[in-house]
Amino acid sequence: MHQKKECVAMLLAGGQGSRLYALTKKTAKPAVRFGGKYRIIDFPLSNCINSGIDTVGVLTQYQPLVLNEYIGNGLPWDLDRNVGGVKILPPYQGQNGADWYKGTANAIYQNMEFIDQYNAEYVLILSGDHIYHMDYSKMLKFHKEQGADCTIAVLEVTLEEASRFGIMSTYEDGTIYKFTEKPKNPDSTKASMGIYVFNKKKLFDYLVADAADPNSANDFGKNIIPNMLAAGEKMMAYPFEGYWKDVGTIQSLWEANMDLLGDVPVLNVSDESWRIYSRHRAEQPQYVGKTAVIENSSITEGCEIHGTVKNCVLGSGVRVMYGAYVKDSVIMGNTVIGEGATVNYAILDEGVDIGAGAKIGAPRESATDITVIGTGVKIPSGATVADGKMISEL
Amino acid sequence: MNIAGLILSNLNRGKLPEMTRRRILSSVPFGCRYRLIDFPLSNMVNAGITNIGIATDLNYKSLLDHIGTGKDWDLARRSGGIRMLPPLVSGYNPLVSYQPTFPTRLSAMMSTLDFVRNCAEDVIVLCDGNVICNMDLGALVEEHIAKDADITFVAQKINVTPGMLDRDDVLVENDEEGRLTSYARALPGDLGERSVMINVMVMKTSFMRNMLENAAAHGASSFDIDVLRPNLNRWKLYVSYFTGWCAQINSMETYFRRSMELLDPDVRRDLFGQEGFPILTKVRNSAPTKYMPGSKVTGSLIADGCVIEGTVENSILFRGVRVGRGTVVRNSILLQGTYTGDNVTLQGVVADKNVTIRDGRTLAGHETMPFYIEKGASV
Repeated sequence: MHQKKECVAMLLAGGQGSRLYALTKKTAKPAVRFGGKYRIIDFPLSNCINSGIDTVGVLTQYQPLVLNEYIGNGLPWDLDRNVGGVKILPPYQGQNGADWYKGTANAIYQNMEFIDQYNAEYVLILSGDHIYHMDYSKMLKFHKEQGADCTIAVLEVTLEEASRFGIMSTYEDGTIYKFTEKPKNPDSTKASMGIYVFNKKKLFDYLVADAADPNSANDFGKNIIPNMLAAGEKMMAYPFEGYWKDVGTIQSLWEANMDLLGDVPVLNVSDESWRIYSRHRAEQPQYVGKTAVIENSSITEGCEIHGTVKNCVLGSGVRVMYGAYVKDSVIMGNTVIGEGATVNYAILDEGVDIGAGAKIGAPRESATDITVIGTGVKIPSGATVADGKMISEL
Repeated sequence: MNIAGLILSNLNRGKLPEMTRRRILSSVPFGCRYRLIDFPLSNMVNAGITNIGIATDLNYKSLLDHIGTGKDWDLARRSGGIRMLPPLVSGYNPLVSYQPTFPTRLSAMMSTLDFVRNCAEDVIVLCDGNVICNMDLGALVEEHIAKDADITFVAQKINVTPGMLDRDDVLVENDEEGRLTSYARALPGDLGERSVMINVMVMKTSFMRNMLENAAAHGASSFDIDVLRPNLNRWKLYVSYFTGWCAQINSMETYFRRSMELLDPDVRRDLFGQEGFPILTKVRNSAPTKYMPGSKVTGSLIADGCVIEGTVENSILFRGVRVGRGTVVRNSILLQGTYTGDNVTLQGVVADKNVTIRDGRTLAGHETMPFYIEKGASV
């Protein structure tokens, strides 16, 4: 017999993240490393536990191995519970056959039983590719107070940005009357953050109807939300203020990492009142050598710095050797930057090896784009990798 | 081979008094993010030992906090795992450890008798709670078995200088085959090349049990005089030499000096850098350390969660230390949560946990006598 949970969170973590190509060749997007010590999924998971939501289903599909291993029993997020906690939900075989998750809505449809186990009244839908701090309990409270059937978190964006988002047109009280995916001529600046609270019963009705529709794309944005609007359900926009970033592109992933730096960082992961949890191993402390020069950077345990590091985010176990120069870069971890090597305006995935004297990318001011090197790639000594190149294997 | 582990952290009371007023020696923080017990514990885990008893002395709250379920050492097990052995008063252990008298090696071992009796493993490795090294205990046990020894003691050849050893240090001698010929406490005049016990021992479980029960029956009170010496020729006692880096913390001077040795890359490689022999510790959730614009850090060992705006040279910073603007930290050890304001100057300082040093203060000590600031103090 399961204990009742008021709200169950469903975290969509099956996406391939094809725009991050070299970084998501072997891992799902939510498992991409971020900020030296984290993976993207740490943010929604930490938000859940910080918001008092202790039952989270993580829907996996694409390259789930790293993610499964990473989440494990959920202990690092305090989500190892006797009832609830974090559960990995891959597609499975049922009595009437088996199917992949055909879309975001279909993934939830196939796991309605999971939600019912906890007899939840509300379902919180989250995506695994956003970096932000958010108190979901406030959104849930808003949803209940408004008596809504569905509440969608929205962020104010500029009119120019609006055409890149799903835009909610609302009345003054926040009631949504129109939803347009990537409008050419936006009439509102309220962008959907991909975070929804549904009344469970209502959600299930629409999921079942959607699953029966052979022409449906089984997607929340394309089908469920428009269908609910068309049927006149009470849909509310919940205004969110604060840092939020979709890190679905190389550029935005780099920017979000850089947002951790500076005198007053826009993104503060050391906020004791809203901690971001992660699973990590006990690495030895970081050593800053006598010849090291470090400016405006975030560095993690296990690193050893003998060269120059400026405006960088370094994950654990990065060795910057004598005379090496690293600037404006994100080095995800367990990487050696050989003696005299130069790395400019780049993202280096885990386990990359940069040979002595190699040149990666070009200074940010003159570079065409960010240089990306995929996991495990070894760049030979003295080699040059042109700016804007994306290398996933040699 | 089935091996169990015993960590005697109920010994060495009174060592490093500054830092052990409210904590047991084996839970003294060391090396940015560790506590002393992490080293014997990791050595045991790395040898595949999953049944480990930790004998405790007084004031072991911080040790309990640190160990928790044992999960961080992969020792949260249904069978075995970590067993805490609090101070035990029994007929076998008349020198009870809660008395003002300091526990002796024999009484410390006596208090683990129940653990030894219930031990299903064939061999027990014993280690004091303040021995910092990265030792292959599996190889040590193999050596013990190959020699069919009753007890194998681990020693290190050290060039002893005046003041280096204290009254609890033991010097050993052995013959060509490694058989123990002498086991005696160090005297002030014992200088030069010596074999010093580093308080790691291996015994067969059945042997240890018989030894302790006999010692109790005969009212023995000293391990070396009453137990070892009468049996020196009868028992098969061997000495094994450890050649890696090893520190036994017993005073503020050794704490400071041995901590600073971690700044040497060879020492770090020996202690932390051995493939397959990681040093494990309780994992906290600190953010990475931030080197703010204007900071200048060289030759230092730094934990996560620090925010550095000033200058740090030749120092050891634990987790969550904040170094203010214009502040200079040199040759100092700042424990977890030390907060220094702006324009502070520190030289030769050991700041215990959660110390606050306000703007503009200047504090200095010397490496032979560091300026120690007690836990939670405000300067």
